[in-house]
Amino acid sequence: MKRVNAVIVGAGAAGGIVAKELATAGLSVVLLERGLWYTASDCRKDDLRNQRTTILGNAFGPDDEGNPRVWIDPRGNSHVVAPSEGSYQNNAACVGGGTLSYGAMAWRYMPQDFRMRSTYGAPAGSSLEDWPIGYDDLEPFYEKAEYEIGVSGDPAPNPFQGARRRGLPMPPLPPNREFGILEPAAKRLGLHPFPIPMLRNSVRYNGRGPCMRCRWCVGFACEVDAKNGSQNTVIPTALASGNCELRTQCMVKEILTDERGRARGVAYFDENGRLEEQLSDIVVVSACAIESARLLLNSKSRLFPNGLGNRYDQVGRHLQGHLYTGAVGFFDFETYDDVGPGASIAISDYNHGTPGLCGGGLLANEFIRLPIHTLDRLPPGTPRWGLGHKQAMRDYHRRTIVVMGPTQQIPMATGRATLDPMVKDQWGLPVARLEGNSHPHTTEIGDVQAERAAAWLKEAGAIQTSLMNGRPEIVSSGQHQAGTCRMGNDPKGSVVNRYCQIHDVDNVFVIDGSVHVTNGGFNPVLTIMAIAYMASDALLRNWKGTSYRS
Amino acid sequence: MKASKKPGGLTRRQFMAAGAMAGAAWATGCSSKHGSWESLSDDHAQTLAVLCDEIVPADDFPSASQAGVLIYIDHQLARHYRRFRKTYARGLEQTESISESQFRLHLTQASAEQRLDVVHALVQQNPAFFELVRKHTLEGYYGSPRHGGNRDAVSWRMLGVSEPPIRGRAQYDLTNKARS
Repeated sequence: MKRVNAVIVGAGAAGGIVAKELATAGLSVVLLERGLWYTASDCRKDDLRNQRTTILGNAFGPDDEGNPRVWIDPRGNSHVVAPSEGSYQNNAACVGGGTLSYGAMAWRYMPQDFRMRSTYGAPAGSSLEDWPIGYDDLEPFYEKAEYEIGVSGDPAPNPFQGARRRGLPMPPLPPNREFGILEPAAKRLGLHPFPIPMLRNSVRYNGRGPCMRCRWCVGFACEVDAKNGSQNTVIPTALASGNCELRTQCMVKEILTDERGRARGVAYFDENGRLEEQLSDIVVVSACAIESARLLLNSKSRLFPNGLGNRYDQVGRHLQGHLYTGAVGFFDFETYDDVGPGASIAISDYNHGTPGLCGGGLLANEFIRLPIHTLDRLPPGTPRWGLGHKQAMRDYHRRTIVVMGPTQQIPMATGRATLDPMVKDQWGLPVARLEGNSHPHTTEIGDVQAERAAAWLKEAGAIQTSLMNGRPEIVSSGQHQAGTCRMGNDPKGSVVNRYCQIHDVDNVFVIDGSVHVTNGGFNPVLTIMAIAYMASDALLRNWKGTSYRS
Repeated sequence: MKASKKPGGLTRRQFMAAGAMAGAAWATGCSSKHGSWESLSDDHAQTLAVLCDEIVPADDFPSASQAGVLIYIDHQLARHYRRFRKTYARGLEQTESISESQFRLHLTQASAEQRLDVVHALVQQNPAFFELVRKHTLEGYYGSPRHGGNRDAVSWRMLGVSEPPIRGRAQYDLTNKARS
């Protein structure tokens, strides 16, 4: 197989961007993806089988057969879990990765989010740390992501965000009914509501039409292609350059290294299960936090007996996501208008600045509810079955608003993705083993956020509210997984440097949510995209024709 | 009627026909132990139908079994819920033995009050099994009709959710007004 300049593992949010940046700059690129490339005709709207509600499995991978993980619960018991189970902490496995079927909120982290330790100090038992980069370093690349991938919204009413040079390329979608109910209530409370920025066309953009506002959004692919992911933006551009080859259904086994400790390519199982080698000048790992860590740990050699980049036992640590809490409000009037995507209004008042709390998170109304979601969101005391339950479904499906948000997690070194010593996947590779739990202070902040959500709903006229502040026994939440290959200046306390380059091996890069030191109180995808643009920019500036020299 | 007499089984085909009728007073006929269900025996299907219909009873909209929830559960017990087949078999036997011991009746022959008593006893004695049936019944009834359990999108119409959703609404969207 022909040697190339770069092999990229994973065609998701970050991998797609890196492929496009390198290929359009003239590098030869092979983009390996273990899943499939789905098209509009695959966009089956199945409320029991999608990436959000996985009762009957994931629509966009991985399959429940042959892709196990091991979850260690807080009592130390281990469970072999399938991708459709919550404790698996899945993200999609397909071209586009999570961006094919996400809700597409397009948040920039705030300046404080990059300086959490300096701002708050590290709570006991935490590994809270500052990033080696700041908001200002990332700002131009946030802008590039907003314009290249395509974001709609209106940032003007949000006074808490970092400075920005430009507005957004598309206006927000017109408000839905929940926006109209929640906006005046927030203002009466002295809060600062604004439309949620979305990686979604509100007008024609990038050659594709606007959102048709159906109810099948988060968890589903968009049948009119109005939702912007890497699969309908940067990956087609990369392929059109003639310099990028995308190979689907290819599972990377390990990163190959030479006698001097530099990477020489990857070994992978192709779509027919044959073991192949793809040699390259550089290797970019963009497989999402858990799988990226797993690949590094599975890349053992004489020089790297504990896996690549793992000399100081940092790979897989500080696994984090978000603790989602909020409240359900029950109204005596109809709040439901069947106008997608549903999520429309947010506040950023509670991300930072509450005395005694180490951060916080945004609060927003939830994506449109399908009937299957109302089953567990009925007023407290509702019968769980029988005619009383059926009547409550009728009474409240159209009279409910959910406000919730991602509480920024306080990371811990004990939140980990490691390799399970026993369980293997369909290719015979050791699977990820997940352990850890939320830091107690994260739970504390989450509880405060839930009360704040309830207060907003009450001001909006809810006759009853119900807090959503359960205690998940896992450290992270699937699609927002981050932190396993922390970015830092100290090789003993991190895996990659500020350019996403592994400290140990100068031609291996980890470019995805893995490098997040902390994960903000926001959905992370726009930050993942911005980092991909920033790391690609640095990589290309150091590119010396046929090889990379730092 | 003697308690020991097994009622006639109900095939999947008959069940689908029965679903179109009001009430659970389906015809009995086929007596084969394994009818045309994929996973359930006919006897187990009858018992399960009673449980499902306690979870979602009929009112002016159909009950769970009338809306095809048994087809959903049976189908998934051969697929995504294969791992629950034994749980179902044991749980349904247990349900029957509660009915036999309390009322000396097969559950399908019990009165409405007796059925409810049996379900309450099951909730006490095997809450995990009842919770599983509750979850699967509600999924079938409120989930996508493509899986056989929300026939003609009846639960969605009950909730006032259009099916199929109105497409192309952006062009006609009446909410497209200036923000207040």
